Amino acid sequence: MNTIVIGVIGADVHAVGNKIIEYTLTSQGYNVVNVGVLATQEDFINAAIESDAKMILVSSLYGHGEIDCRGLREKCIEAGLDKIILYVGGNIVVGKQDFKEVEQRFLAMGFNRVFPPMTKIESVLDIIKKDLEEYGKNTFD
Amino acid sequence: MEKILLIDFGSTYTKLTAVSLKNEEIIGTAASFTTVSSDIKEGYHNALAKLFAKTGELKFDKIIACSSAAGGLKMAAIGLVEELTVEAAKIVCLGAGAKVDIILSHHITNEDVENIIKKKIDIILLAGGTDGGNSECVLYNLRKLGEAHIKIPIIYAGNRSCRDEVLKIMKEYDLNGFICDNIMAKLNLLNIEDAKNVIKQIFLSNIIVGKGIKKIEEEIDGVILPTPQALLQGVDLLSKGYLDEEGLGELLVFDIGGATTDVYSLCPGEPKRGDTILKGIQEPYAKRTVEGDLGMRYSALGVLASLNEEKLDMYKLQGIDMEKECNLRHQFVEMIPQSKHEEVVDELMAKICVDTALSRHVGKIESYYTPMGIMYLQSGKDLSDIKYIIGTGGVIINSPQPKKILEAGLYNKNKMMELRPKEVKYLLDSNYILSAMGLLSTISPLCALRIMKKYLVEV
Repeated sequence: MNTIVIGVIGADVHAVGNKIIEYTLTSQGYNVVNVGVLATQEDFINAAIESDAKMILVSSLYGHGEIDCRGLREKCIEAGLDKIILYVGGNIVVGKQDFKEVEQRFLAMGFNRVFPPMTKIESVLDIIKKDLEEYGKNTFD
Repeated sequence: MEKILLIDFGSTYTKLTAVSLKNEEIIGTAASFTTVSSDIKEGYHNALAKLFAKTGELKFDKIIACSSAAGGLKMAAIGLVEELTVEAAKIVCLGAGAKVDIILSHHITNEDVENIIKKKIDIILLAGGTDGGNSECVLYNLRKLGEAHIKIPIIYAGNRSCRDEVLKIMKEYDLNGFICDNIMAKLNLLNIEDAKNVIKQIFLSNIIVGKGIKKIEEEIDGVILPTPQALLQGVDLLSKGYLDEEGLGELLVFDIGGATTDVYSLCPGEPKRGDTILKGIQEPYAKRTVEGDLGMRYSALGVLASLNEEKLDMYKLQGIDMEKECNLRHQFVEMIPQSKHEEVVDELMAKICVDTALSRHVGKIESYYTPMGIMYLQSGKDLSDIKYIIGTGGVIINSPQPKKILEAGLYNKNKMMELRPKEVKYLLDSNYILSAMGLLSTISPLCALRIMKKYLVEV
Protein backbone atom coordinates (compact mmCIF):
# COMPACT_ATOMS: atom_id res chain seq x y z
CA MET A 1 0.00 0.00 0.00
CA ASN A 2 1.35 3.43 -0.92
CA THR A 3 1.61 6.00 1.84
CA ILE A 4 0.82 9.68 1.31
CA VAL A 5 1.48 12.36 3.91
CA ILE A 6 -1.02 15.22 3.86
CA GLY A 7 -1.40 18.39 5.91
CA VAL A 8 -2.00 22.15 5.95
CA ILE A 9 1.25 24.08 6.14
CA GLY A 10 2.08 27.20 8.13
CA ALA A 11 -0.18 29.32 10.37
CA ASP A 12 -3.17 27.98 8.50
CA VAL A 13 -6.11 26.29 10.20
CA HIS A 14 -8.35 25.37 7.25
CA ALA A 15 -9.33 21.90 8.37
CA VAL A 16 -12.28 21.01 6.17
CA GLY A 17 -10.51 20.45 2.86
CA ASN A 18 -7.81 18.54 4.75
CA LYS A 19 -10.42 16.09 6.04
CA ILE A 20 -11.95 15.70 2.58
CA ILE A 21 -8.56 14.86 1.11
CA GLU A 22 -7.92 12.33 3.88
CA TYR A 23 -11.32 10.72 3.33
CA THR A 24 -10.99 10.57 -0.44
CA LEU A 25 -7.45 9.21 -0.57
CA THR A 26 -8.22 6.64 2.14
CA SER A 27 -11.24 5.41 0.23
CA GLN A 28 -8.97 5.01 -2.81
CA GLY A 29 -6.88 2.54 -0.85
CA TYR A 30 -3.98 4.76 0.12
CA ASN A 31 -2.44 4.75 3.57
CA VAL A 32 -2.93 8.38 4.53
CA VAL A 33 -0.85 9.97 7.27
CA ASN A 34 -2.42 13.30 8.16
CA VAL A 35 -0.24 15.77 10.06
CA GLY A 36 -3.22 18.12 10.31
CA VAL A 37 -3.33 21.91 10.36
CA LEU A 38 -0.61 24.31 11.55
CA ALA A 39 1.94 21.85 10.24
CA THR A 40 5.61 22.74 9.87
CA GLN A 41 7.89 21.46 7.11
CA GLU A 42 9.52 19.22 9.73
CA ASP A 43 6.14 17.68 10.62
CA PHE A 44 5.68 16.61 7.00
CA ILE A 45 9.22 15.29 6.67
CA ASN A 46 9.29 13.39 9.98
CA ALA A 47 5.97 11.75 9.18
CA ALA A 48 7.21 10.79 5.71
CA ILE A 49 10.37 9.17 7.11
CA GLU A 50 8.59 7.08 9.75
CA SER A 51 5.77 6.01 7.47
CA ASP A 52 7.98 5.43 4.41
CA ALA A 53 5.76 7.71 2.34
CA LYS A 54 6.19 8.19 -1.39
CA MET A 55 4.33 11.47 -1.63
CA ILE A 56 3.79 14.61 0.42
CA LEU A 57 0.68 16.57 -0.41
CA VAL A 58 0.85 20.10 0.99
CA SER A 59 -2.26 22.27 1.31
CA SER A 60 -2.19 26.01 1.85
CA LEU A 61 -5.38 28.06 1.84
CA TYR A 62 -4.44 31.38 3.42
CA GLY A 63 -2.18 32.99 0.84
CA HIS A 64 1.21 32.57 2.52
CA GLY A 65 2.06 29.27 0.86
CA GLU A 66 5.06 30.61 -0.96
CA ILE A 67 6.91 31.56 2.22
CA ASP A 68 5.85 28.41 4.05
CA CYS A 69 6.88 26.05 1.25
CA ARG A 70 10.27 27.56 0.50
CA GLY A 71 13.08 25.11 1.25
CA LEU A 72 10.87 22.04 1.67
CA ARG A 73 12.53 20.16 -1.22
CA GLU A 74 16.02 20.95 0.11
CA LYS A 75 15.06 19.74 3.57
CA CYS A 76 13.61 16.53 2.09
CA ILE A 77 16.89 15.86 0.32
CA GLU A 78 18.78 16.60 3.52
CA ALA A 79 16.56 14.11 5.38
CA GLY A 80 17.22 11.35 2.84
CA LEU A 81 13.85 11.66 1.10
CA ASP A 82 15.47 12.18 -2.28
CA LYS A 83 12.77 10.41 -4.27
CA ILE A 84 9.69 11.82 -2.58
CA ILE A 85 6.98 13.34 -4.77
CA LEU A 86 5.85 16.81 -3.65
CA TYR A 87 2.43 18.27 -4.45
CA VAL A 88 1.03 21.61 -3.41
CA GLY A 89 -2.44 23.03 -3.83
CA GLY A 90 -5.03 25.49 -2.52
CA ASN A 91 -4.87 29.27 -2.48
CA ILE A 92 -1.13 29.20 -2.38
CA VAL A 93 -0.37 32.86 -3.11
CA VAL A 94 -1.80 36.26 -2.18
CA GLY A 95 -4.41 37.83 -4.44
CA LYS A 96 -5.23 36.96 -8.00
CA GLN A 97 -1.99 36.17 -9.79
CA ASP A 98 -1.50 34.49 -13.12
CA PHE A 99 -1.47 30.80 -12.26
CA LYS A 100 1.07 29.94 -14.94
CA GLU A 101 3.61 32.16 -13.20
CA VAL A 102 2.72 30.84 -9.79
CA GLU A 103 3.10 27.29 -11.04
CA GLN A 104 6.55 28.09 -12.42
CA ARG A 105 7.66 29.54 -9.11
CA PHE A 106 6.59 26.46 -7.18
CA LEU A 107 8.05 24.07 -9.75
CA ALA A 108 11.32 25.97 -9.39
CA MET A 109 11.08 25.37 -5.62
CA GLY A 110 11.13 21.65 -6.31
CA PHE A 111 7.44 20.72 -6.27
CA ASN A 112 6.47 18.10 -8.83
CA ARG A 113 2.93 19.32 -9.30
CA VAL A 114 1.16 22.56 -8.44
CA PHE A 115 -2.61 22.79 -8.45
CA PRO A 116 -4.69 25.94 -8.95
CA PRO A 117 -7.41 27.13 -6.54
CA MET A 118 -10.68 25.16 -6.53
CA THR A 119 -9.05 21.93 -7.74
CA LYS A 120 -11.02 18.99 -6.37
CA ILE A 121 -9.05 16.02 -5.05
CA GLU A 122 -11.29 13.66 -7.06
CA SER A 123 -10.16 15.29 -10.27
CA VAL A 124 -6.47 14.52 -9.68
CA LEU A 125 -6.70 10.90 -8.51
CA ASP A 126 -5.48 9.65 -11.89
CA ILE A 127 -2.43 11.90 -11.76
CA ILE A 128 -1.60 10.74 -8.22
CA LYS A 129 -1.89 7.12 -9.32
CA LYS A 130 0.33 7.64 -12.32
CA ASP A 131 2.98 9.57 -10.41
CA LEU A 132 3.11 6.91 -7.72
CA GLU A 133 3.54 4.23 -10.36
CA GLU A 134 6.53 6.12 -11.66
CA TYR A 135 7.91 6.71 -8.18
CA GLY A 136 11.63 6.21 -7.93
CA LYS A 137 12.37 6.80 -11.58
CA ASN A 138 13.54 10.31 -10.76
CA THR A 139 15.56 11.54 -7.87
CA PHE A 140 15.55 15.23 -7.17
CA ASP A 141 18.91 15.99 -5.65
CA MET B 1 -4.19 -12.28 54.54
CA GLU B 2 -3.49 -9.70 57.19
CA LYS B 3 0.07 -8.47 57.56
CA ILE B 4 2.12 -7.58 54.51
CA LEU B 5 5.76 -6.55 54.30
CA LEU B 6 6.77 -4.29 51.44
CA ILE B 7 10.45 -3.84 50.61
CA ASP B 8 12.23 -1.30 48.45
CA PHE B 9 15.80 -2.30 47.64
CA GLY B 10 17.17 1.14 46.78
CA SER B 11 20.64 2.00 45.54
CA THR B 12 21.61 3.16 49.05
CA TYR B 13 18.89 2.03 51.46
CA THR B 14 16.77 -1.06 51.87
CA LYS B 15 13.45 0.31 53.10
CA LEU B 16 10.77 -1.77 54.78
CA THR B 17 7.11 -0.89 55.24
CA ALA B 18 4.93 -3.21 57.31
CA VAL B 19 1.23 -2.89 56.65
CA SER B 20 -1.92 -4.21 58.28
CA LEU B 21 -4.57 -4.86 55.65
CA LYS B 22 -7.33 -5.20 58.20
CA ASN B 23 -6.74 -1.88 59.95
CA GLU B 24 -5.58 -0.18 56.75
CA GLU B 25 -2.58 1.22 58.52
CA ILE B 26 1.19 1.19 58.54
CA ILE B 27 2.52 -0.88 61.43
CA GLY B 28 6.05 0.37 61.11
CA THR B 29 8.89 1.36 58.78
CA ALA B 30 12.65 0.82 58.93
CA ALA B 31 15.69 1.23 56.71
CA SER B 32 19.22 -0.05 56.52
CA PHE B 33 22.04 0.08 53.96
CA THR B 34 21.57 -2.02 50.85
CA THR B 35 24.17 -4.75 50.60
CA VAL B 36 23.72 -6.01 47.06
CA SER B 37 27.47 -6.08 46.35
CA SER B 38 28.06 -8.71 49.07
CA ASP B 39 24.78 -10.39 49.94
CA ILE B 40 21.49 -8.56 49.58
CA LYS B 41 20.04 -10.58 52.48
CA GLU B 42 22.34 -8.89 55.02
CA GLY B 43 20.85 -5.43 54.52
CA TYR B 44 17.38 -6.95 54.57
CA HIS B 45 18.05 -8.73 57.86
CA ASN B 46 19.48 -5.57 59.41
CA ALA B 47 16.45 -3.56 58.38
CA LEU B 48 14.15 -6.30 59.60
CA ALA B 49 15.87 -6.28 63.02
CA LYS B 50 15.36 -2.51 63.20
CA LEU B 51 11.71 -2.90 62.29
CA PHE B 52 11.10 -5.59 64.92
CA ALA B 53 12.84 -3.45 67.52
CA LYS B 54 10.07 -0.92 66.99
CA THR B 55 7.07 -3.15 66.45
CA GLY B 56 7.98 -6.41 68.16
CA GLU B 57 8.28 -9.68 66.26
CA LEU B 58 5.80 -9.85 63.37
CA LYS B 59 4.67 -12.69 61.17
CA PHE B 60 3.94 -11.68 57.58
CA ASP B 61 1.46 -13.35 55.28
CA LYS B 62 3.16 -11.97 52.21
CA ILE B 63 6.47 -10.23 51.50
CA ILE B 64 7.04 -8.50 48.17
CA ALA B 65 9.70 -6.11 46.95
CA CYS B 66 10.65 -3.60 44.31
CA SER B 67 14.22 -2.80 43.43
CA SER B 68 16.40 -0.07 42.03
CA ALA B 69 19.56 -1.53 43.55
CA ALA B 70 22.79 -2.14 41.61
CA GLY B 71 22.21 0.75 39.22
CA GLY B 72 18.50 0.18 38.67
CA LEU B 73 17.36 -0.70 35.18
CA LYS B 74 19.55 0.87 32.49
CA MET B 75 18.11 1.02 29.00
CA ALA B 76 19.02 2.20 25.54
CA ALA B 77 16.17 3.69 23.49
CA ILE B 78 16.65 3.45 19.74
CA GLY B 79 14.24 4.86 17.17
CA LEU B 80 14.14 6.50 13.77
CA VAL B 81 13.07 10.17 13.90
CA GLU B 82 13.94 12.04 17.07
CA GLU B 83 10.55 13.69 17.63
CA LEU B 84 8.62 10.50 16.86
CA THR B 85 9.74 6.92 17.48
CA VAL B 86 12.82 7.97 19.48
CA GLU B 87 10.65 10.06 21.78
CA ALA B 88 8.13 7.21 21.99
CA ALA B 89 10.89 4.74 22.93
CA LYS B 90 12.10 7.11 25.62
CA ILE B 91 8.59 7.48 27.06
CA VAL B 92 8.17 3.69 27.16
CA CYS B 93 11.49 3.13 28.96
CA LEU B 94 10.79 5.82 31.54
CA GLY B 95 7.24 4.57 32.02
CA ALA B 96 8.61 1.10 32.73
CA GLY B 97 10.78 2.53 35.49
CA ALA B 98 14.08 2.48 33.64
CA LYS B 99 16.88 4.99 33.33
CA VAL B 100 17.51 5.87 29.71
CA ASP B 101 21.28 6.06 29.47
CA ILE B 102 21.54 5.96 25.69
CA ILE B 103 19.21 7.54 23.12
CA LEU B 104 19.85 6.92 19.42
CA SER B 105 18.11 7.87 16.20
CA HIS B 106 18.44 6.80 12.54
CA HIS B 107 21.28 4.41 11.64
CA ILE B 108 23.43 3.46 14.60
CA THR B 109 27.22 3.22 14.31
CA ASN B 110 29.89 0.87 15.62
CA GLU B 111 30.76 3.46 18.21
CA ASP B 112 27.15 3.52 19.42
CA VAL B 113 27.21 -0.26 19.81
CA GLU B 114 30.48 -0.09 21.76
CA ASN B 115 28.90 2.54 23.98
CA ILE B 116 25.95 0.26 24.69
CA ILE B 117 28.36 -2.44 25.84
CA LYS B 118 30.61 -0.05 27.76
CA LYS B 119 27.75 1.55 29.67
CA LYS B 120 26.49 -1.90 30.71
CA ILE B 121 23.00 -1.35 29.32
CA ASP B 122 20.51 -3.92 30.69
CA ILE B 123 17.89 -3.85 27.93
CA ILE B 124 17.77 -2.36 24.43
CA LEU B 125 14.44 -1.08 23.11
CA LEU B 126 14.53 -0.99 19.33
CA ALA B 127 11.78 0.97 17.59
CA GLY B 128 11.36 2.72 14.26
CA GLY B 129 8.74 2.99 11.57
CA THR B 130 4.97 3.09 11.82
CA ASP B 131 3.19 -0.13 10.79
CA GLY B 132 3.76 -0.46 7.07
CA GLY B 133 6.25 2.38 7.22
CA ASN B 134 10.02 2.50 7.23
CA SER B 135 11.65 -0.87 7.84
CA GLU B 136 15.08 -0.25 6.39
CA CYS B 137 16.38 1.57 9.46
CA VAL B 138 15.29 -0.87 12.20
CA LEU B 139 16.55 -3.84 10.19
CA TYR B 140 19.88 -2.09 9.65
CA ASN B 141 20.14 -1.30 13.37
CA LEU B 142 19.18 -4.82 14.42
CA ARG B 143 21.78 -6.28 12.07
CA LYS B 144 24.37 -3.86 13.49
CA LEU B 145 23.61 -5.13 16.99
CA GLY B 146 23.75 -8.68 15.68
CA GLU B 147 27.14 -8.23 14.05
CA ALA B 148 28.52 -7.13 17.41
CA HIS B 149 27.16 -10.38 18.93
CA ILE B 150 25.45 -8.47 21.69
CA LYS B 151 24.01 -10.65 24.43
CA ILE B 152 21.90 -7.90 25.98
CA PRO B 153 18.14 -8.51 25.69
CA ILE B 154 16.75 -6.63 22.68
CA ILE B 155 13.06 -5.76 22.54
CA TYR B 156 11.81 -5.17 19.02
CA ALA B 157 8.98 -2.63 19.16
CA GLY B 158 9.08 -1.20 15.65
CA ASN B 159 7.26 -1.54 12.34
CA ARG B 160 5.11 -4.65 12.53
CA SER B 161 5.33 -5.36 8.82
CA CYS B 162 8.95 -6.50 8.93
CA ARG B 163 8.72 -8.86 11.89
CA ASP B 164 9.55 -11.87 9.74
CA GLU B 165 12.88 -10.34 8.76
CA VAL B 166 13.43 -9.33 12.37
CA LEU B 167 12.95 -12.90 13.55
CA LYS B 168 15.31 -14.10 10.84
CA ILE B 169 18.06 -11.70 11.90
CA MET B 170 17.55 -12.54 15.56
CA LYS B 171 17.96 -16.21 14.74
CA GLU B 172 20.89 -15.68 12.40
CA TYR B 173 22.92 -13.87 15.05
CA ASP B 174 21.51 -15.83 17.98
CA LEU B 175 20.30 -12.65 19.66
CA ASN B 176 18.49 -12.53 22.99
CA GLY B 177 15.45 -11.08 21.24
CA PHE B 178 11.89 -10.28 22.27
CA ILE B 179 9.07 -9.00 20.11
CA CYS B 180 6.21 -6.76 21.11
CA ASP B 181 3.61 -4.42 19.61
CA ASN B 182 4.87 -1.41 17.68
CA ILE B 183 5.06 1.47 20.17
CA MET B 184 4.02 3.85 17.39
CA ALA B 185 1.86 1.83 15.02
CA LYS B 186 0.25 5.04 13.80
CA LEU B 187 1.96 8.41 13.66
CA ASN B 188 1.92 10.28 16.99
CA LEU B 189 -0.17 7.59 18.72
CA LEU B 190 1.63 5.83 21.54
CA ASN B 191 1.04 2.20 22.32
CA ILE B 192 3.15 1.54 25.38
CA GLU B 193 1.53 -1.16 27.49
CA ASP B 194 2.82 -4.23 25.68
CA ALA B 195 6.40 -2.94 25.56
CA LYS B 196 6.23 -1.98 29.24
CA ASN B 197 5.09 -5.48 30.15
CA VAL B 198 7.90 -7.10 28.18
CA ILE B 199 10.44 -4.82 29.91
CA LYS B 200 9.00 -5.83 33.28
CA GLN B 201 9.19 -9.52 32.40
CA ILE B 202 12.84 -9.24 31.33
CA PHE B 203 13.65 -7.23 34.43
CA LEU B 204 12.18 -9.94 36.63
CA SER B 205 13.51 -12.96 34.76
CA ASN B 206 16.99 -11.74 33.72
CA ILE B 207 18.15 -8.47 35.18
CA ILE B 208 17.62 -9.07 38.88
CA VAL B 209 19.32 -12.45 38.58
CA GLY B 210 22.44 -10.89 37.07
CA LYS B 211 22.57 -8.26 39.76
CA GLY B 212 22.34 -10.65 42.69
CA ILE B 213 18.92 -9.40 43.72
CA LYS B 214 17.10 -12.62 42.90
CA LYS B 215 18.82 -14.35 45.84
CA ILE B 216 16.45 -12.63 48.22
CA GLU B 217 13.59 -14.66 46.77
CA GLU B 218 14.73 -17.58 48.92
CA GLU B 219 13.29 -15.62 51.84
CA ILE B 220 10.49 -13.51 50.41
CA ASP B 221 7.62 -14.08 47.97
CA GLY B 222 9.14 -12.11 45.16
CA VAL B 223 10.69 -9.03 43.65
CA ILE B 224 7.90 -7.86 41.39
CA LEU B 225 8.68 -4.38 40.04
CA PRO B 226 11.42 -1.84 39.40
CA THR B 227 11.00 0.85 42.09
CA PRO B 228 10.10 3.77 39.83
CA GLN B 229 7.37 1.69 38.22
CA ALA B 230 6.03 0.79 41.67
CA LEU B 231 5.91 4.48 42.51
CA LEU B 232 4.20 5.25 39.21
CA GLN B 233 1.57 2.57 39.88
CA GLY B 234 1.05 3.94 43.38
CA VAL B 235 0.46 7.54 42.32
CA ASP B 236 -1.62 6.41 39.33
CA LEU B 237 -3.95 4.67 41.76
CA LEU B 238 -3.94 7.69 44.07
CA SER B 239 -4.97 9.88 41.15
CA LYS B 240 -7.64 7.68 39.58
CA GLY B 241 -9.13 6.08 42.67
CA TYR B 242 -10.48 2.54 42.91
CA LEU B 243 -14.11 1.46 42.63
CA ASP B 244 -16.12 3.63 45.05
CA GLU B 245 -13.06 5.04 46.78
CA GLU B 246 -12.30 8.34 45.12
CA GLY B 247 -8.81 9.33 44.04
CA LEU B 248 -7.30 12.78 44.37
CA GLY B 249 -7.63 13.65 40.68
CA GLU B 250 -4.84 15.32 38.74
CA LEU B 251 -1.45 15.05 40.47
CA LEU B 252 2.14 16.11 40.05
CA VAL B 253 4.93 14.38 41.98
CA PHE B 254 8.52 15.51 42.52
CA ASP B 255 11.16 13.09 43.75
CA ILE B 256 14.48 14.83 44.25
CA GLY B 257 17.42 12.54 44.93
CA GLY B 258 21.17 12.94 45.08
CA ALA B 259 21.70 11.98 41.45
CA THR B 260 18.37 12.54 39.69
CA THR B 261 15.13 14.46 39.85
CA ASP B 262 12.09 12.45 38.83
CA VAL B 263 8.83 14.10 37.83
CA TYR B 264 5.54 12.21 37.54
CA SER B 265 2.40 13.78 36.17
CA LEU B 266 -0.97 12.04 36.40
CA CYS B 267 -3.53 13.74 34.21
CA PRO B 268 -4.88 13.54 30.65
CA GLY B 269 -3.08 16.80 29.79
CA GLU B 270 -5.15 17.43 26.68
CA PRO B 271 -5.76 20.94 25.33
CA LYS B 272 -8.41 22.66 27.42
CA ARG B 273 -9.58 25.26 24.93
CA GLY B 274 -11.28 25.08 21.57
CA ASP B 275 -8.66 27.29 19.92
CA THR B 276 -5.77 25.03 20.96
CA ILE B 277 -4.46 22.26 18.77
CA LEU B 278 -2.28 19.41 20.07
CA LYS B 279 0.95 18.82 18.15
CA GLY B 280 3.21 15.83 18.22
CA ILE B 281 2.92 12.75 20.41
CA GLN B 282 -0.09 12.35 22.68
CA GLU B 283 1.65 11.69 25.99
CA PRO B 284 0.35 9.10 28.47
CA TYR B 285 -1.90 9.82 31.48
CA ALA B 286 0.86 8.67 33.81
CA LYS B 287 4.02 10.30 32.53
CA ARG B 288 7.43 10.03 34.14
CA THR B 289 10.57 11.95 33.28
CA VAL B 290 14.00 11.59 34.87
CA GLU B 291 16.58 14.34 34.85
CA GLY B 292 19.96 12.70 35.25
CA ASP B 293 21.77 16.03 35.50
CA LEU B 294 19.66 17.48 38.31
CA GLY B 295 20.28 16.27 41.83
CA MET B 296 21.34 17.43 45.27
CA ARG B 297 24.77 15.80 45.49
CA TYR B 298 26.17 13.59 42.73
CA SER B 299 24.47 15.75 40.07
CA ALA B 300 25.01 19.10 41.83
CA LEU B 301 27.17 20.31 38.95
CA GLY B 302 24.20 19.91 36.60
CA VAL B 303 22.23 22.25 38.85
CA LEU B 304 25.08 24.73 38.59
CA ALA B 305 25.20 24.37 34.82
CA SER B 306 21.51 25.25 34.55
CA LEU B 307 22.16 28.72 36.00
CA ASN B 308 23.22 31.70 33.91
CA GLU B 309 25.64 34.47 34.97
CA GLU B 310 22.78 36.73 35.95
CA LYS B 311 21.31 34.16 38.32
CA LEU B 312 24.72 33.35 39.80
CA ASP B 313 25.30 37.03 40.52
CA MET B 314 21.86 37.37 42.05
CA TYR B 315 22.52 34.50 44.45
CA LYS B 316 25.93 35.95 45.27
CA LEU B 317 24.24 39.18 46.36
CA GLN B 318 22.12 37.04 48.70
CA GLY B 319 25.32 35.63 50.14
CA ILE B 320 25.28 32.29 48.33
CA ASP B 321 28.21 31.31 46.11
CA MET B 322 26.51 28.61 44.06
CA GLU B 323 29.67 27.65 42.23
CA LYS B 324 31.41 26.83 45.49
CA GLU B 325 28.39 25.21 47.09
CA CYS B 326 27.58 22.93 44.15
CA ASN B 327 31.18 21.82 43.78
CA LEU B 328 31.32 21.08 47.49
CA ARG B 329 28.22 18.92 47.33
CA HIS B 330 29.43 17.13 44.24
CA GLN B 331 32.67 16.32 46.02
CA PHE B 332 31.13 15.24 49.33
CA VAL B 333 28.06 13.31 48.30
CA GLU B 334 27.42 12.14 51.86
CA MET B 335 27.07 15.70 53.14
CA ILE B 336 24.13 16.41 55.44
CA PRO B 337 23.32 20.07 56.11
CA GLN B 338 24.58 21.10 59.57
CA SER B 339 24.15 24.86 59.63
CA LYS B 340 21.28 27.17 58.75
CA HIS B 341 23.27 28.37 55.73
CA GLU B 342 23.75 24.85 54.36
CA GLU B 343 20.06 24.23 54.83
CA VAL B 344 19.19 27.38 52.86
CA VAL B 345 21.53 26.36 50.03
CA ASP B 346 20.03 22.86 49.86
CA GLU B 347 16.58 24.37 49.73
CA LEU B 348 17.61 26.70 46.91
CA MET B 349 19.13 23.83 44.94
CA ALA B 350 15.97 21.78 45.43
CA LYS B 351 13.91 24.67 44.09
CA ILE B 352 16.12 24.87 41.02
CA CYS B 353 15.73 21.10 40.52
CA VAL B 354 11.93 21.37 40.73
CA ASP B 355 11.79 24.38 38.41
CA THR B 356 14.18 23.05 35.76
CA ALA B 357 12.88 19.47 35.83
CA LEU B 358 9.32 20.69 35.40
CA SER B 359 10.29 22.96 32.50
CA ARG B 360 11.45 19.82 30.71
CA HIS B 361 8.39 17.77 31.71
CA VAL B 362 5.52 20.17 31.16
CA GLY B 363 3.73 20.92 27.89
CA LYS B 364 4.29 24.21 26.11
CA ILE B 365 2.01 26.47 24.18
CA GLU B 366 2.79 28.72 21.21
CA SER B 367 0.50 31.30 19.68
CA TYR B 368 -0.02 31.68 15.94
CA TYR B 369 -1.63 34.66 14.26
CA THR B 370 -3.83 33.22 11.57
CA PRO B 371 -6.36 34.93 9.33
CA MET B 372 -8.96 33.37 11.64
CA GLY B 373 -7.52 34.99 14.76
CA ILE B 374 -4.99 33.78 17.32
CA MET B 375 -4.67 30.02 17.52
CA TYR B 376 -2.58 28.04 19.98
CA LEU B 377 -0.37 25.03 19.40
CA GLN B 378 0.19 22.77 22.37
CA SER B 379 2.99 20.23 22.55
CA GLY B 380 3.16 17.95 25.59
CA LYS B 381 0.80 17.86 28.55
CA ASP B 382 -1.28 20.71 29.91
CA LEU B 383 -0.79 20.59 33.71
CA SER B 384 -2.71 23.77 34.53
CA ASP B 385 -5.57 21.90 36.22
CA ILE B 386 -3.35 19.88 38.57
CA LYS B 387 -4.93 19.78 42.04
CA TYR B 388 -2.10 18.43 44.17
CA ILE B 389 1.68 18.60 44.11
CA ILE B 390 3.31 15.79 46.09
CA GLY B 391 6.88 15.91 47.33
CA THR B 392 9.06 12.92 48.13
CA GLY B 393 12.81 12.32 48.51
CA GLY B 394 15.09 13.33 51.39
CA VAL B 395 15.62 17.01 50.72
CA ILE B 396 11.90 17.79 50.47
CA ILE B 397 10.82 15.58 53.35
CA ASN B 398 13.51 16.84 55.73
CA SER B 399 13.16 20.48 54.77
CA PRO B 400 11.54 22.76 57.35
CA GLN B 401 9.73 24.46 54.46
CA PRO B 402 8.83 21.79 51.92
CA LYS B 403 6.04 23.92 50.48
CA LYS B 404 8.55 26.57 49.44
CA ILE B 405 10.49 24.02 47.39
CA LEU B 406 7.41 22.62 45.69
CA GLU B 407 6.12 26.11 44.89
CA ALA B 408 8.93 26.37 42.34
CA GLY B 409 6.72 24.14 40.16
CA LEU B 410 3.90 26.66 39.88
CA TYR B 411 2.89 28.90 36.99
CA ASN B 412 5.51 31.58 36.56
CA LYS B 413 5.28 34.80 34.59
CA ASN B 414 8.79 34.35 33.23
CA LYS B 415 7.79 31.01 31.73
CA MET B 416 4.40 31.93 30.35
CA MET B 417 4.53 29.41 27.54
CA GLU B 418 4.76 26.50 30.00
CA LEU B 419 1.42 24.96 30.99
CA ARG B 420 2.24 24.74 34.69
CA PRO B 421 -0.18 24.20 37.58
CA LYS B 422 -1.85 27.31 38.94
CA GLU B 423 -3.71 26.59 42.17
CA VAL B 424 -2.70 23.53 44.11
CA LYS B 425 -2.51 21.93 47.53
CA TYR B 426 0.76 20.41 48.71
CA LEU B 427 1.20 16.92 50.09
CA LEU B 428 4.27 15.37 51.64
CA ASP B 429 5.27 11.70 51.47
CA SER B 430 6.90 11.97 54.86
CA ASN B 431 6.92 8.21 55.52
CA TYR B 432 8.30 7.23 52.08
CA ILE B 433 5.28 5.10 51.33
CA LEU B 434 4.50 5.82 47.67
CA SER B 435 6.51 3.00 46.10
CA ALA B 436 5.48 0.61 48.89
CA MET B 437 1.85 1.44 48.15
CA GLY B 438 2.45 0.79 44.47
CA LEU B 439 3.60 -2.67 45.51
CA LEU B 440 0.63 -3.10 47.83
CA SER B 441 -1.73 -2.08 45.01
CA THR B 442 -0.91 -5.41 43.32
CA ILE B 443 -2.48 -7.16 46.35
CA SER B 444 -5.14 -4.75 47.57
CA PRO B 445 -5.63 -1.54 45.60
CA LEU B 446 -8.33 -0.32 47.96
CA CYS B 447 -6.13 -0.65 51.03
CA ALA B 448 -3.15 0.97 49.27
CA LEU B 449 -5.31 3.89 48.19
CA ARG B 450 -6.76 4.46 51.65
CA ILE B 451 -3.36 4.29 53.31
CA MET B 452 -1.95 6.85 50.88
CA LYS B 453 -4.85 9.19 51.52
CA LYS B 454 -4.35 8.75 55.25
CA TYR B 455 -0.57 9.09 55.44
CA LEU B 456 0.22 11.83 52.93
CA VAL B 457 0.40 15.02 54.97
CA GLU B 458 -0.83 18.37 53.71
CA VAL B 459 1.67 21.18 54.20
